[in-house]
Amino acid sequence: MARLEIEKLTTDYGPVRAVDGVTLAVDEGSITTVLGANGAGKTSLLRTISGLERASDGRVRLDGEDILGVPVEDIVRRGLAHVPEGRGVIAELSTEENLRLGGLWRGAEAATLGEIYELFPPLRERRGQLAASLSGGERQMLSIGRALMARPRVLLLDEPSLGLAPLVSAQIMQLISKLAAESELAVLLVEQNARSALSIAHRGVVLNLGRVVADDAAQTLSADEGLRKAYLGF
Amino acid sequence: MTRFIDLTLNGISTGAVYAAVALALVLTWRATRIVNFAQGGMLMITTFIASSVISTSGSYWLGFAVALVCGLVLGAVVERALMRRVESGAPLNAVIVALGLLILLQALAGMIWGNTPRSFPPAFSIRGYDVGGTHVLFAPNDTFTVLVVIGVAAGLAALFRGTTIGLKMRAAAFQPEVARMLGVRVGRMFTLGWALAALVGSLAGLLVAPAVFVGPNQFDPILIFGFTAAVLGGLDSPVGAVVGGVALGLVLSYVSGYEGASLVTLAALVILIAVLMIRPGGLFSSTQERRV
Repeated sequence: MARLEIEKLTTDYGPVRAVDGVTLAVDEGSITTVLGANGAGKTSLLRTISGLERASDGRVRLDGEDILGVPVEDIVRRGLAHVPEGRGVIAELSTEENLRLGGLWRGAEAATLGEIYELFPPLRERRGQLAASLSGGERQMLSIGRALMARPRVLLLDEPSLGLAPLVSAQIMQLISKLAAESELAVLLVEQNARSALSIAHRGVVLNLGRVVADDAAQTLSADEGLRKAYLGF
Repeated sequence: MTRFIDLTLNGISTGAVYAAVALALVLTWRATRIVNFAQGGMLMITTFIASSVISTSGSYWLGFAVALVCGLVLGAVVERALMRRVESGAPLNAVIVALGLLILLQALAGMIWGNTPRSFPPAFSIRGYDVGGTHVLFAPNDTFTVLVVIGVAAGLAALFRGTTIGLKMRAAAFQPEVARMLGVRVGRMFTLGWALAALVGSLAGLLVAPAVFVGPNQFDPILIFGFTAAVLGGLDSPVGAVVGGVALGLVLSYVSGYEGASLVTLAALVILIAVLMIRPGGLFSSTQERRV
């Protein structure tokens, strides 16, 4: 049984079907990347999984437990953390306040905070500063670190490389890869940058107009020239 | 010179009351981005309740405490029952609901307690301190008022800055969706914000009632002054609310003393319009946009 199982998930925005019968699975300690052009339904898929959008049909299971329809506030308590697109850092709060927020529901304090600072040393230096003053890369670290404060079993990442310099983006990808391997996290990674996502992912799913058009091992997808040209743009 | 000192002292104590009303408005604005135009009606109701309790029990402090508790409950109920439905809609919806609630509360108060304003006792003596043989325009009750407002502002600052519940409230206010994803029960934070705001509002009502009397419409000018003070301070900042309140209190006291009391409300409105035109973000705000 995979840690995260998604079955025929469907989301409608009025007459528009954003997610159309998506089925995929993510094992613990592995990364599955969801690829596709703008408007392919990637963000909608993540938002539906974490309860921000209502699904019209389908199932989402975390370690076999049904989590579709659980209120957003409770999803994190079930073990799923979502790092939203645009990072969702609360600019008006300090770096440390942002981090603490991620663990408040479980009473996580100093120890977890220390671990996150170990993982992202630049955050420790900026702990007292407003998140508004952080660079793009630091904000991404903060956003991921904040999600990790909850000690999730599943991590949803929405475009973590968006707007980052190539070098910073590569660092973030390395970090995600390390996280998945070391903490037995199941990572569902949505990316526009298919090449870098496939370089760290174990499995790739390609979406087009809300539907799965390919689902295979990351290496196989990278090697498929037709698919790359048609959907992935590299 | 004596006159100037008197007007200044008077400005500080009335300004403290405006600051309390402004704090109440700032709290609801921070919690839910709604300007609570019903605040004047809500604090009027709690002050009437205090008045009834005081006249039946004979104890000022019992009435004081009951009013604060009623404020807390009223704030929570208004948020849960009414505002929850319009929080996510267009800003104007919330304004209309708040105005409707204000009219409803004023009508209810008139039916229950009558429309004739009644006097309300001060907490302490209102006889000015004796300084060198003359009584200045500042009494023990004014000291109480100023201290209470300073205490409330400091308490709120400590709550927001120093506690986890304050952190959750700020997160819920700034980015409700992100806060939800992090496990914050945003709805509860909104209710708590309104409850606290109404508590501070009911306190303002108790503090100002001896000067304006209690009646269904007696607190309308206070709400205008409080709103002006809140806008002056930027609507978002508790510190700004206090500074704005005292600044407004001083200006209005000088206007009243040197030009005539009839110009006070006009002066407040001129200040309000001037701030909205020249510096709509208020003196302390860093935000650029304003929904209402």
